[in-house]
Amino acid sequence: MSAVAPQLPTPGFDAIEAGTTATGAVKARARIPWRFLGNRALFYLFTLWAAITINFFLPRLMKGDAVTAYLARNRNVTPEAADALRALLGLDTDASLWQQYIDYWAHLLRGDLGISLLHGMRPVTEVVGQSLIWTVALVGFATLIAFAVGTIGGAIVGWRRGSRLDVLIPITTFFSTIPYFWLGLLAISVFSVALGWFPIGKAYGVGVAPEWSWEFIGDVLHHGFLPAATIVIASLGGWMLGMRNMMLTVLDEDYVTVAQAKGMPNDRVLWRYAARNAVLPQIQSFALALGFIVGGTIVMEVVFSYPGVGKLLLDATNAKDYALMQGVFLVITISVLLANLLADVAYAFLDPRTRQTEA
Amino acid sequence: MNTIVNDTTQRPANAPATATVRNAAPAGKAPKKPTFWSKLGAAFAMFRNRKSITGLSILGFFVLVAIFADVLAPYSPTKVDNTARFQPPSAEHWLGTTHIGEDVLSQVIHGTRGVIVVGFLAAIIATVIAIVVGVLSGYLRGWRSEGLSALTNVFLVIPGIPLIIIVASMFEDPPLILIAAVLGLIGWAWGARVLRAQTMSLRSRDFVQAARANGEPLRRIITVEMLPNLMALIAASFVGTVTAAIIGLTTLSYIGIIPVTTYNWGTILNWASAQGAFRQGQWWWFMPPGLCIAAIGVALSLINFGIDEYVNPRLRSAGERARAMKKKGMNVNDTVTVVRTNTNTQENP
Amino acid sequence: MTVLEFDAVTKVYSVRGAGQMKALDDVSFTLRSGQTVGLVGQSGSGKSTIAKILTQLESPTSGEVRLDGEPIPRRGKGLRAYRQQLRMVFQDPFASLNPYHTIRYAIQRPLELDKVVPKDKLDDEVRRLLGRVRLDGDAVIDRRPHELSGGQRQRVAIARALASRPKLLVADEPVSMLDVSIRLGVLNLLADLQREHGLGVLYITHDLATARHFSDEILVLNQGRVVERGPADDVILHPQNPYTQELRAASPDPDTYFAHAAGILGGEK
Repeated sequence: MSAVAPQLPTPGFDAIEAGTTATGAVKARARIPWRFLGNRALFYLFTLWAAITINFFLPRLMKGDAVTAYLARNRNVTPEAADALRALLGLDTDASLWQQYIDYWAHLLRGDLGISLLHGMRPVTEVVGQSLIWTVALVGFATLIAFAVGTIGGAIVGWRRGSRLDVLIPITTFFSTIPYFWLGLLAISVFSVALGWFPIGKAYGVGVAPEWSWEFIGDVLHHGFLPAATIVIASLGGWMLGMRNMMLTVLDEDYVTVAQAKGMPNDRVLWRYAARNAVLPQIQSFALALGFIVGGTIVMEVVFSYPGVGKLLLDATNAKDYALMQGVFLVITISVLLANLLADVAYAFLDPRTRQTEA
Repeated sequence: MNTIVNDTTQRPANAPATATVRNAAPAGKAPKKPTFWSKLGAAFAMFRNRKSITGLSILGFFVLVAIFADVLAPYSPTKVDNTARFQPPSAEHWLGTTHIGEDVLSQVIHGTRGVIVVGFLAAIIATVIAIVVGVLSGYLRGWRSEGLSALTNVFLVIPGIPLIIIVASMFEDPPLILIAAVLGLIGWAWGARVLRAQTMSLRSRDFVQAARANGEPLRRIITVEMLPNLMALIAASFVGTVTAAIIGLTTLSYIGIIPVTTYNWGTILNWASAQGAFRQGQWWWFMPPGLCIAAIGVALSLINFGIDEYVNPRLRSAGERARAMKKKGMNVNDTVTVVRTNTNTQENP
Repeated sequence: MTVLEFDAVTKVYSVRGAGQMKALDDVSFTLRSGQTVGLVGQSGSGKSTIAKILTQLESPTSGEVRLDGEPIPRRGKGLRAYRQQLRMVFQDPFASLNPYHTIRYAIQRPLELDKVVPKDKLDDEVRRLLGRVRLDGDAVIDRRPHELSGGQRQRVAIARALASRPKLLVADEPVSMLDVSIRLGVLNLLADLQREHGLGVLYITHDLATARHFSDEILVLNQGRVVERGPADDVILHPQNPYTQELRAASPDPDTYFAHAAGILGGEK
């Protein structure tokens, strides 16, 4: 990124190349807006603390005791083991609430999220980690494609306003307003059941062991196609509409008219002037959307029986596996905060105005 | 319109002769005193265009169905009829039957009520909170404003659906009001953020400064001076929240978080899915509820499009202008001025 | 007679990351009722800051503003009484009226807030004020701002300022955003109103010509400091300070203008 400073044109200076007639482009180091980022980081830390505290209180507000439910299913656990289990889950009521809170933080900072009753006593971190990979890979990929296609499409539809392309907006918006789970179920009904092109659910075939082979990867892609496709179709409308509206506003601005009047070729005006400015709010939306990736995939995973984080949360809630529940909620919240922070960093670099407020 | 009264005797002696004072010429009658209805019409100007009206009509249709559900539904939704299971649509059952012979049409009609009630209730709760927090944090300065803004951001960032799942599992049979309240609490943050930004921009406008200089008390500045200017934004936020609440409700019902004792289109789909309707191609059971959700979603989107075009006239006119120019044979993106020499006048697009 | 004293006022703003910015530096002047003081300066000279301090939208970093010898109060009844005495006409006729309210409401509100006339006389008073600014009450009173022209809006703003019967008026570039052809009409209106009501007017502008036409005394402001002051004709016709001289040189002079233009055209041929 270069900073633009007023400067007399030097010989061999191409006004169109540099972008304006009155200034020369100076390649300066991008200034990092420390204050802005510092503020945001502080805010995220605060939110993290709030989320962790909420997380701490959640199971204590719920009815039923996880350990008792577990014991009911597994009779061959000694009373001492049951006590140890309770202590591990932080459910022993001997210590005061404050002491439990401190212990909770101590566990967290050691990376210990407890053990999952539902998944054979394996550490929560391991269980969640596995599911997280599936969720992030599929949904992250699909969201990225939807964002890219939607934004580029929106820029073109905005540029060619009044043409037949305008019909794309109501079509894609319609697909956004259909409830996603219904879209997914329909897709399964048509493509999996009726046409048999794709499997009905899951990330890979039953009985297939995960391994790094082309066969496995192919199987994963085959299973992942429908979920990814439905996510893209459902979210495309939002991106396209947002970008197109911003384009229409930007195209009305004077600097676009000046660029055209200077004789700049159309596609340069479209991409380097108009789209470049219109995309800034889109990036902010993308950041927030990233936050919703991890939190909002529950629906997709239920419909497609996909072994991701959302399904994990549901199962944990139904089985009252508190440790797992807390762990999943925590991971989801942290991912959301991280995604938002990343997007703030990206936005700070792309928008020269945030850079300038530091000057 | 000339309304300046002519009073040449008062023109100062050293004013140049070219300084004219216009004559009093009342052009046309004085405007009619605004009646209640015309004021109401003006307040709802943002809904006057075609898109909004279409959306409002569809929405109105569903509201009526919800109100008159008992009268409209041919059967009781829970009436079991074991002789007529899994039946495709027929004269007796327009939308067929479920796995235990319940009439699908009656279920869909009764399901409308839950959707409309929760959707609007949640949106009202969310919008009221958004207005209070958003406008206050936009108008106030200093730590009060920053604090409210931080609160808004926290609610914005904490993932909603996981929170609802956890909260909902705490209750055996949550009443509709509770569900609406929780949905509202999850959803107010977005509107608050937008309102805060707009209020901050409004605050520095001259007419607000003038009101402050006149000694107008704070509560009147917010309610009487600023709120009317925020109306379009509030309306759009409200409509968006209704959509989100309805989708949230039906999705959570489908997943089974919200217990199936309540009636809404999502729970119908839950039963349908559980009974394998999707795999057995019993389209009459799972298509109508989904289509209804989609229809309401489309209606609400149309209303929002209408509001968008009212607020930002460029969105409406940009396409129209381009089409009008195309008819004349010109491309709106052309950089070259078109000059016609076959007529007497030159045209500059 | 009402006297407003602006005494050695300094206003410093702190800008995030860039240190401090001195908007006003030791500015003093006196405004008396029945008198017009012109405040001349470019954008950024501090003119608007003075207006904001006078209307209590900002407060001085150091120095004092006194009304009739008493420092102006920051809150309470005293502040209300002060606000009733000093009103402002804003620069932008498009932004100073709330687009959602009728003209009637805009003028009626200050009447109600300051309890100028009893309730049953409100309508009459609004029409009287509109007549004072030479607008046809019947035609205008139930319209909204976007239905009026810029000049009409500014007249409404003046009527609104006069509603509470103040003794002092701050006019912050009242005609800069109006068509040139109607500027004189609005300025003459202000001059007439000043004479009729014995107002003290602070006329803030960047335009030397109208400042001279309209003011008794002129202050020239440059980067927050008063660089010259004196009777209007003296300052304009015999400027002492180099900045004032530059300002004056920059104003178009009809006599030399046409000669210059003729010279150019003659040369081109």
